[in-house]
Amino acid sequence: MKRHFDEELAQVKERLLRMGANAEKMIHLSAKDLLARTESDRAELERLEKDVNSLEMEIDDRVVKLIALRQPMATDLRFLMMASRIAGELERIADQSINIIETTHWYLSGPPLKPIMDLPLMAEIVQEMLRDCLDAFVRQDVGAAKRVLESDDKVDTCKKRIFDEMIATMEGDPQTVRRGVCIVLISRNLERIGDHATNIAEEVIYMVEARDVRHHHGEESKPGE
Amino acid sequence: MLEARNLKLWYGDFMALNGVSMSIIPNAITAIIGPSGCGKSTLLRCFNRMNDLVEGSRTEGEILFEGKNIYERRFDMTELRKRVGMVFQRPNPFPLTVFDNVAYGPRIHGLATGDALRETVKKALQSTLLWDELGDKLEAPALSLSAEQQQRLCISRLVAVEPDVLLMDEPCSALDPMATQNIEELMLELKKRFTIVIVTHNMQQAARVSDFTGFMLLGDLVEFGETQQVFTAPRQRKTEEYITGRYG
Repeated sequence: MKRHFDEELAQVKERLLRMGANAEKMIHLSAKDLLARTESDRAELERLEKDVNSLEMEIDDRVVKLIALRQPMATDLRFLMMASRIAGELERIADQSINIIETTHWYLSGPPLKPIMDLPLMAEIVQEMLRDCLDAFVRQDVGAAKRVLESDDKVDTCKKRIFDEMIATMEGDPQTVRRGVCIVLISRNLERIGDHATNIAEEVIYMVEARDVRHHHGEESKPGE
Repeated sequence: MLEARNLKLWYGDFMALNGVSMSIIPNAITAIIGPSGCGKSTLLRCFNRMNDLVEGSRTEGEILFEGKNIYERRFDMTELRKRVGMVFQRPNPFPLTVFDNVAYGPRIHGLATGDALRETVKKALQSTLLWDELGDKLEAPALSLSAEQQQRLCISRLVAVEPDVLLMDEPCSALDPMATQNIEELMLELKKRFTIVIVTHNMQQAARVSDFTGFMLLGDLVEFGETQQVFTAPRQRKTEEYITGRYG
């Protein structure tokens, strides 16, 4: 017999996916602005951000009520706990995208710096990480979630190279400091997006397998340990 | 403390337990959960051989109590029932006074008389938090008490003979939520002195009070583990289906 509770869980999942789609779109717009030197429609971005924020609150509200009223156990409990956490990660991803757009606006007020190869690469990797961790969530695919964890190292490497490159550029030409700081800030925002995608992947693994892999990727941690 | 080894039980031709093995951990609360007819009450009743009273029942396997098989012919049944007592679904005080209910066990076992008996009754009522309520009503008929007080009186009656194990078969199913909460709090206190095994239909109750949980289905012990593991990350698919309400 299908449970009414399943329908209520499906409503939480649907809102989470809507939130994920908005966050993905916000990263895409922020990366496009940065790389193509364009400026996205602010009204559209504000609408997306507002939607993400209200979805986060709605998800948390539903989770609290379902825990109180349904007293879920096992997979149901893990799903609801992780839904609330993933909503938090997505909201922060949206915030980071807004930060990128605001810093990009500042950055675009000057002439372009020499091409920084790692920046588009980093933007591409974090977009892929977010897409993959949301797919892993939908399909409950632990293998896909683990691959997201592995991508995090690539993001950190990119960020380090960008930092080094920008420091060298700014030391060589003080006229580039303002734009160099912008790039450093943006790479930091992209790195944080990668961290949030990594957290989502860890949360998916916990949701599916009840294994807590935070802080020690790959190591077993069973409940109560 | 108590250990079932490949325990099988038949009621006539019907096999109610299909070879259950489990250990009851001392000074902890072990809950046995499962749908109606899964054999959980049958298993509980095996721990002090209450099923012997059911006509046509037959048992194979062993239950070890302090290393000795309680199903051996020579095992002292009076001693077993004194050391492994049972609380039932509906409170069943004797139609006697409060005092005489609690004094019943110590009297028939010859444990105490006179002042010592009065002290035993007082301690038993204190341990179930009834002394403050009934200390000055010891001559009141037990049947005049509320359902919760009657259930706590039945627990006092057991405690008075200083058993090792308390078996509880749905001890709160006839009680309202406040009374249920009081009995659950009492169980948490009692486990410091006694080993408790509880059968319950109420999974939230098992989750709230027990340290270990066994899930039974159709006469099999499907899963046994620490309660927090069973309710957050059950190892068996059938357990998962049952505790999340997907079973059946």
